[in-house]
Amino acid sequence: MNTDLPTGPLEAALRARRDGGGKCLVPYLTGGLGGDWVETIRAVAAAGADVVEVGIPFSDPVMDGPTIQAANELALAAGATPTSILDSLRGADVGVPLAVMTYYNIAYRMGLERFADALVEAGVSGCILPDLPLEEADPWLEVAAAAGVEAILLAAPTAPDERLPRICERTRGFVYGVGLLGVTGVRAELAASAIQIATRLKAVTDVPVLIGVGVGTPTQAVEASGHGDGVVVGSAVVQRMVDGAGPEGVAALVADFRSALDAS
Amino acid sequence: MSLSEPTPDGRFGDFGGRFVPETLIPAVLELETAFREAWADPSYRAELDGLLADYAGRPSPMTECHNLSEELGCRLLLKREDLNHTGSHKINNVLGQALLARRMGKTRLLAETGAGQHGVAAATAAALLGMECCVYMGEVDVRRQELNVFRMKLLGAEVRTAMSGSRTLKDAVNEAMRDWVATVEDSHYCLGSVMGPHPYPWMVRTFHEVLGLEAREQSEALLGGPPDVVVACVGGGSNAIGIFSGFADAPTELVGVEPAGGAAIGRGVPGVVHGMESYLMQDEFGQVLEAESISAGLDYPGVGPEHSYLAATGRARYESVTDAEVVEAFQLLSRSEGIIPALEPAHALAWVSRERASLAGRSVVLNLSGRGDKDVAQMMEILA
Repeated sequence: MNTDLPTGPLEAALRARRDGGGKCLVPYLTGGLGGDWVETIRAVAAAGADVVEVGIPFSDPVMDGPTIQAANELALAAGATPTSILDSLRGADVGVPLAVMTYYNIAYRMGLERFADALVEAGVSGCILPDLPLEEADPWLEVAAAAGVEAILLAAPTAPDERLPRICERTRGFVYGVGLLGVTGVRAELAASAIQIATRLKAVTDVPVLIGVGVGTPTQAVEASGHGDGVVVGSAVVQRMVDGAGPEGVAALVADFRSALDAS
Repeated sequence: MSLSEPTPDGRFGDFGGRFVPETLIPAVLELETAFREAWADPSYRAELDGLLADYAGRPSPMTECHNLSEELGCRLLLKREDLNHTGSHKINNVLGQALLARRMGKTRLLAETGAGQHGVAAATAAALLGMECCVYMGEVDVRRQELNVFRMKLLGAEVRTAMSGSRTLKDAVNEAMRDWVATVEDSHYCLGSVMGPHPYPWMVRTFHEVLGLEAREQSEALLGGPPDVVVACVGGGSNAIGIFSGFADAPTELVGVEPAGGAAIGRGVPGVVHGMESYLMQDEFGQVLEAESISAGLDYPGVGPEHSYLAATGRARYESVTDAEVVEAFQLLSRSEGIIPALEPAHALAWVSRERASLAGRSVVLNLSGRGDKDVAQMMEILA
């Protein structure tokens, strides 16, 4: 249960934003993409991100659409490894809590204990593993809890009602509501399922509810946040990085999301 | 049955499981329930058995290779899955899954394919049952298996080219899973091997047990008992698990043959990809390696979890052969027996040929999982 453990820094930051009447903003960017990705983290943190989510590239990202797949391939081709990314984050002191997003095999290969310890040593608070469903999550949740890593679980639109409270009881940091049936990527409109999953999650938990997957514009972020506590924005941010916008250009996009959410 | 049931959470020993995104969990749970109900339903079984007999042409014969036996010095028999409709064992699984999908109210079949044999089989079942079919195939495989691409299109399927990663079978699986994440409400993922999340490894095995049971009976008739050795090629491992299932309780040596460039068990360590915990070719950081094999159907860095379990328990052993040995074996069977094998089962024959000294005087049943028509163009180039 959530009450068994002290609230981690990531959840504390999100609760502080929510309790202040604001909406949470978590940009995602691919670790190891370009030479200035750590600078980009600092820039987006300064532009109003509450938490920054850093992708550790994986060869077979089944929950990711074309934008993040391409970013993964670029970063891997440039030599990014889990170790090199965590080394770069260590001591980066970006001013907001960090989470990593990667696939389970990266943690499994390193060994769950070593992986959790490596996150802690690198100053990373949270971890998202989108191919690790509740049924398989026990070993990781135990290791993460022991190491003090906030293990963030996802909740999908396909989940029956009885499943959502079970996810919310086990997640730490926030609960990641999957906004649509599909993989990551910017869509023309926010899916109705984003509002539905936000509403369903809010009805069963006090843990911050953030909606991601298919949240690609400030307008969509405002719409999704109207029913939850905030958003994760991935592909739109990564596309800016791939386009070579640099830390300032990416931060400008994040600032647009921040001001739209603040005005909502 | 002689092979063990997985645990309720889909484990064969340490291997298996359900490592899929949350979005797909209700679908794999529903599939497991639907499969259990269907398998226990005499009307479903009767319809499937009817199609296997009257449409697929089962039982497939067992052929004793008199010429090759003399040359190799062992008694070699072939389980002729190449004679099934669509030219391989894959039809057993797709008929079962397509009937199940229809029963579940799904209107669209999704499939991945490497060599195209599973894609052709899935397209065939979809045509027969009036369902939509979409097959993902890596760009590299689309080029080397042109004939099967055309066959799938003739059968009314849409073939989508997977352009990501290594652009082979592994990436076709990724693309099929991404499609399924988006279309799970009306689509059934007709996975083509004993891999993926539970219940697939167990369900696909169950659909292929028919070939193992036939082979056991045929061995009794031809040899007076089970053979000394059963051998089959292993990519994901569906044809191998099918024939192993018939002999697991016999004192028969079970041998799986992997391509040297895609030897998940031979060269891999445990990992998690495509929904399962199993042996996997990967680097020190957990990035999945690209398999490299002459055979598109075996060009896969992972392996079904039950094979990992059989390797760990020692009930089966796994060997590997090189592309050059496979090319030799492909020609050997063609010339000596008048049977052109697919490149995949040519791996099993390559092992028999290499091990002829240790197999001398023993009886060997080889699962000839598919016919070689699809590989003829590729072999023309190689042998030119």
